[in-house]
Amino acid sequence: MSPALLEAAGLRKNFGALCATDDVSLAIRAGEVHALIGPNGAGKTTLVGQLTGELAPDAGVVRFAGRDITGLSTAERARLGLARTFQISSVFHSFSAAGNVALAVQATRPHSFRFWTRADRIDELRRPAYRLLDQLGLSGRSEVVAAGLSHGEHRQLELAMALAGHPAMLLLDEPMAGLGSEETQAMTALMEQLKSRTTILLIEHDMDVVFSLADRISVLVAGRIIVTGTPDEIRAHPEVRAAYLGEDDDA
Amino acid sequence: MTLPLFIEQMFNGVQLGLMLFLMAVGVTLVFGIMRIINLAHGSMFMLGGYALVSAVAATGSMLAALPLALAAAVGVAVVVEILVLRPLYTRGPLDQVLATFGLTLFFNELVIVIWGREPLSLDIPRLLAGHVEIMPGVFYPIYRLAITAVAIVLGGLLYLLITRTRVGALIRAGSEKREMVAALGVNIGLLYTLVFAIGAGLAAVAGMMTGPLLSIESGNGDPILILTLVVIVIGGLGSVRGALVGGLLVGLFDTFSRVLVPKIFGLNASSALVGMAVYVLMAAVLIYSRTGLFNASRG
Amino acid sequence: MKRVSFSRRAALLVVLIAAAVAVPALGETYYTRFATQIAIYGLAALSVDLLLGYAGLITFGQAALFGVGAYAAGILTVAGVTSAFVVWPAAMLVAMAFALVIGVLSLRTSGFQFIMVTLAFAQMVYYGGQSLRAYGGDNGFILPRRNDLGGLLDLGNHVAFYYVVLGLLLAVLYLASRIVHSQFGMVIRGGRDNERRLAAIGFPPFRYRLAAFTIAGGIAGLAGALIANHAMFVSPALMSWQMSGELLAMVILGSAGTLVGPIFGAAIYLLFAQVLSDYTDHWMLFFGPLLVARVLFVREGVWGVIVRAVGGPAAAPPPLDWAAEAPGAHAESPAAGGP
Repeated sequence: MSPALLEAAGLRKNFGALCATDDVSLAIRAGEVHALIGPNGAGKTTLVGQLTGELAPDAGVVRFAGRDITGLSTAERARLGLARTFQISSVFHSFSAAGNVALAVQATRPHSFRFWTRADRIDELRRPAYRLLDQLGLSGRSEVVAAGLSHGEHRQLELAMALAGHPAMLLLDEPMAGLGSEETQAMTALMEQLKSRTTILLIEHDMDVVFSLADRISVLVAGRIIVTGTPDEIRAHPEVRAAYLGEDDDA
Repeated sequence: MTLPLFIEQMFNGVQLGLMLFLMAVGVTLVFGIMRIINLAHGSMFMLGGYALVSAVAATGSMLAALPLALAAAVGVAVVVEILVLRPLYTRGPLDQVLATFGLTLFFNELVIVIWGREPLSLDIPRLLAGHVEIMPGVFYPIYRLAITAVAIVLGGLLYLLITRTRVGALIRAGSEKREMVAALGVNIGLLYTLVFAIGAGLAAVAGMMTGPLLSIESGNGDPILILTLVVIVIGGLGSVRGALVGGLLVGLFDTFSRVLVPKIFGLNASSALVGMAVYVLMAAVLIYSRTGLFNASRG
Repeated sequence: MKRVSFSRRAALLVVLIAAAVAVPALGETYYTRFATQIAIYGLAALSVDLLLGYAGLITFGQAALFGVGAYAAGILTVAGVTSAFVVWPAAMLVAMAFALVIGVLSLRTSGFQFIMVTLAFAQMVYYGGQSLRAYGGDNGFILPRRNDLGGLLDLGNHVAFYYVVLGLLLAVLYLASRIVHSQFGMVIRGGRDNERRLAAIGFPPFRYRLAAFTIAGGIAGLAGALIANHAMFVSPALMSWQMSGELLAMVILGSAGTLVGPIFGAAIYLLFAQVLSDYTDHWMLFFGPLLVARVLFVREGVWGVIVRAVGGPAAAPPPLDWAAEAPGAHAESPAAGGP
């Protein structure tokens, strides 16, 4: 059993009377693909926020590679190797696709207090950026301004940016959202390739994708993790079937 | 500091604080509902004073002049809302501040064109002139007590409006879920105009009430506006409770610092530091919480 | 295609610079002085554009730094320090110090709050200036003489002073353009586009914005030192919030996010003020509504229009818009952007 790369222990988050995260404990093992599923309103967004540092938990700890990161900011966690994609595509809209990825590559450098050389002429930024775009099938669109890319291309760009830092862990927030069946297949194939390179926490609604990719699945319902197990175990679990599988969308 | 002085400054501080509250409510409500920052709010304060001067000159009686002046000021506010603010609701902060800044420049010049450059003065109504002994040995101007009372009454009426009436419920709902209010079939445009008119009316009343105390001249609303913004930063954008607490805090802080700072630091350094006291307070609040003391959703 | 449009813009800039250089040849001191004023305010407006157009920071307090630079230069000059090589960098440093403090306190906020906080702190500086009784209080004070370049040039000569100012403006323009295209510039512009994404890839936005704020403050401080020399007079009005608003207006009149645009905006603003005030004392009566009309009805500034007419690439990034905050997304807002 590999050690936990990302761990949450006893996370709790209330918004007034609403308990969005109710004593959640999670352990993502190094090298696995761990899926987090749950019906709408289960509290996935709140939980993700606490893992990435955008929300401070009321109680509980988040640990990354054994280190307590509960007090660290989003940027600090990213620099430690925790990368993420957003559920609603969140890119630099006035930059080109290449510019977006190059900036993500630039973020891996110690600092960016360099004021003279044109960033778009720096080879150490260009080469990795174009290589990533190529891997994700965006080479032909590299010079297009991000605002002009299609939705599917935005999802690819999100992934490219997350990969720029060779992260130890990828948190993918509904990467298939809004994709057609062909695009979903392409994205799933991409993620298969990623499995060997990095640990993945996958938040997804598309059950086919989840069952085909995940090593383990955690089910979040009303702010609580009701079960964690292998896809087979989850498929057979009565509570899960009742709470969730009844309302999955067809791929 | 002697007790009479303390009591007197206490009253002054509360009075200033309530005036600032009347100003701040308008800005914070408008922001909470319409997501718009209105830098021309100081102009409403200024116009209130000018309108009252003219109304008094026309009618000869303060009592008759007040509703007249208020109606005129609110009328101008409604026209401004329809012509300038409506297109701004969907725009970003830059457009809003620049457009309302342009309005301020316009109004500051307009009053000079109509009333001239010389500052105008308003007399305290004879009924309210003089002092009253609020405590043995402590004499306080009746007029200031009167306007404090008016501000409290207005605050109370506003509270009733927001918590007890249907319009108030819409205002509260509108500040949290604008789209839902529109979906309820309510005429959003009318609601916005009403909220704006209320805010502008309160500012005009503040301008009218302080008219006899300060001079009425072009641009006199600008420093008040800035203090109002400080109140809102301290109290929290969009929070009416914050406007009250922030207003009182700023009013008391400003008043007492003007008295205490010269005593503590000696006369020379006083003038620079005195004006700065409120900003130091704002800086301190910001360090404590960057959204101010109250969260807007609870306003 | 890109090559052609680049050289067209370059040609346009060369023409403009040539025209600027030729102004004194017209022979009228008045024109030279007016052009000097435009250049100085253009410099101040450029500092605002760095923050507004590139960092996405709407500051209503840049006049404070402009005024602080002017006061620093004026106070030093009155005290007997007259070498421009000392006074002007000193003014910049003082302005940068103020910018650093104001920035640390303001940059914790964002959006509407940031506007109000910068406005408030600037007002504080204004009151501070008014309280300097030794330096005229509200009336300000006169400079006994202009700063000197140690015998290199007589800055008392209007033409010489103009060329020095123009040279500084062009130098800052060049440096600023290098900054906005550098790695630092990319971080800043990324933060303008999407602060959440910027943090998610590993950049802490605060320290980069603070640096940008400080740099812009330094530029404004230099402009302040120059205006003190130009007018030989310094008063708190330079630090008023009206001045901050006017600088913002210059930026959008000229086109935000272009660095050159604000200089155009300054020219337009000052020309307007000059022409209108020849007709009436109450020219603000017309300028106020004009500004409102520009904001409501016109979508881009003058430089953007000119560049498009000449055939260059789009002059500026998309206009600043906070569609996520407004009811009903704005037509021009890009599709991307976090909730």
